[in-house]
Amino acid sequence: MASTVQAAKAADHRSPTAPPPSFVWSRRIFLTLLTVFVLVPVYVMVSSSLKPLQDVSGAFHWLPSGLTIRPYIDIWSTVPLARYFVNSLIVAGVATVCSVAVAVFAAYAVSRYRFRGKRVFTVTVLSTQMFPGILFLLPLFLIYVNIGNATGIALFGSRGGLILTYLTFSLPFSIWMLIGYFDSVPQSLDEAALVDGCGPLGALFRIIVPAAIPGIVAVAVYAFMTAWGEVLFASVMTNDTTRTLAVGLQGYATQNDVYWNQVMAASLVVSVPVVAGFLLLQRYLVAGLTAGAVK
Amino acid sequence: MTATTTADRQAPPHDGGGRADSGQARPKRPRLPGRLRRISLPYLLLLPALLLELLVHLVPMVIGIVMSFKELTQFFIRDWGTAPWSGLDNYRVSIDFDAPIGQALLHSFFVTCAFTVLSVGLCWLIGTVAAVYMQENFKGRGLLRAVFLTPYALPVYAAVITWAFMFQRDNGLVNHVLGDQLGLTDGQTFWLIGDNSFVALLTVSVWKGWPFAFLIIMAGLQNIPRELYEAAAIDGAGIWQQIRRITLPSLRPVNQVLVLVLFLWTFNDFNTPYVLFGKSAPEAADLISIHIYQSSFVTWNFGTGSAMSVLLLLFLLLVTAVYLVLTSRGRKPADG
Repeated sequence: MASTVQAAKAADHRSPTAPPPSFVWSRRIFLTLLTVFVLVPVYVMVSSSLKPLQDVSGAFHWLPSGLTIRPYIDIWSTVPLARYFVNSLIVAGVATVCSVAVAVFAAYAVSRYRFRGKRVFTVTVLSTQMFPGILFLLPLFLIYVNIGNATGIALFGSRGGLILTYLTFSLPFSIWMLIGYFDSVPQSLDEAALVDGCGPLGALFRIIVPAAIPGIVAVAVYAFMTAWGEVLFASVMTNDTTRTLAVGLQGYATQNDVYWNQVMAASLVVSVPVVAGFLLLQRYLVAGLTAGAVK
Repeated sequence: MTATTTADRQAPPHDGGGRADSGQARPKRPRLPGRLRRISLPYLLLLPALLLELLVHLVPMVIGIVMSFKELTQFFIRDWGTAPWSGLDNYRVSIDFDAPIGQALLHSFFVTCAFTVLSVGLCWLIGTVAAVYMQENFKGRGLLRAVFLTPYALPVYAAVITWAFMFQRDNGLVNHVLGDQLGLTDGQTFWLIGDNSFVALLTVSVWKGWPFAFLIIMAGLQNIPRELYEAAAIDGAGIWQQIRRITLPSLRPVNQVLVLVLFLWTFNDFNTPYVLFGKSAPEAADLISIHIYQSSFVTWNFGTGSAMSVLLLLFLLLVTAVYLVLTSRGRKPADG
């Protein structure tokens, strides 16, 4: 890990000579335009969430006629946002923990052991990324319904079914990234632990996992974002009590009167946890990609 | 996985003989014969991942293929095994381009192709240019990087709902800016229905997608050895030349994977059109995932929907295979 950071720092100072004005100016213009493009929707989201209803119902204006926090109070009663929030937290949280745990074991096996079928495993797991979600949505829907009918375990419409589904969504990428990360932990370290009498799992949890914490954090962020933002399966596989934010947020938009200020306030509220988490941890993601995925 | 390594990170060969040493440490544990333990351990570690992939991806995929040969309407949902076989009927309906269903599918396919090519191209271009410009440190670079990654971090639905608001005809930002402030349009444009919906969808898709390209290329840039640039600078190469001769060629292996992943994600994208347009996408922006979803869940005809999904998968497999063959050809084994 430390070596990755050094590599990153080394790349910061690419050329010992100062770049020519043509480069600096084109960079300035391009990055400014791009910043505007990126930030306009963010500005709309934030400013509209503080506008009174007549501001967002009439013609758009950049500046609000007055500021109000009313939308932030009303969002909780217009739709049962708190319930959706809790559902999303449970689903994304549990899916993340399980996904990371499963990925750690799988990546450990691939990184440290030679076994038959290794290549088949990695290729198969990665290729599931290319399946169109729609292809297994219908069968999975039927499988869950039928498992429910046969055993009484309610997967369809329950949080459990959604957790199970989401945790496999982030799994391929997580395994892939962790393999790269584990590979960069010197093998002599866990060998020394094995010689000292640690079992293979001891070596994994005492040596490799602590050394690969940034990679694990990055994978966890990715898994959480995947589960927090998924729409397709959430729209089919949830009911009124298990609905997540992804579907619930559309509750504001399907009303006859669309309370756009509330929609924006709710969007902001559901975005803050993931965006804050992501921005705090994004350097781990970049470092993790450098070590693992981009090879 | 290729063998590219960072200048200062020489990963040890992980399949090497080191395993034998650790094997000798293990006979102290008498629970299982050492050899059996050693052989079965990796499989045990993989078991959870395998089971989950089987349950959620592989088995459903096989069932999906089986379903595509059945006449699976709403009457058989509860017990889909009893649905009558229909041979290739579902496929025949899907690709009968003279009949409405086939025609609509073909139209949706072409829309998706055009959308994907444009979106992937733009995402890749913006991501590359931004990453290359930001390769070198300058004041505010860290902040700018965080700003640029925000669209990627935002939950899809929150971001797309905001865009849907901006594209509203009467109270949206887009018409206000284009019509009232710049005077380019009359400010009464419909963006979310009719032909303009394609432009709206593309804009949102690029806004949401380019930071991923940026992120991956940024990571790829960090793996380029610094010595290359130093050598080039000593030889008198300017910064533009360095970018053309060193940066872009070095990114080739990263680009190969990145473009493929972007292509697959964009082609299969469901979330963006679903949130932007609701359940019925306008014809001009009728992406294939939405189209199949509608033909399956609106009519509850899962058989035809499955056949369409299988055709989609076959197409993606074909494109991926051709792409990998084309892009890998002529590359030295060292960087492939």
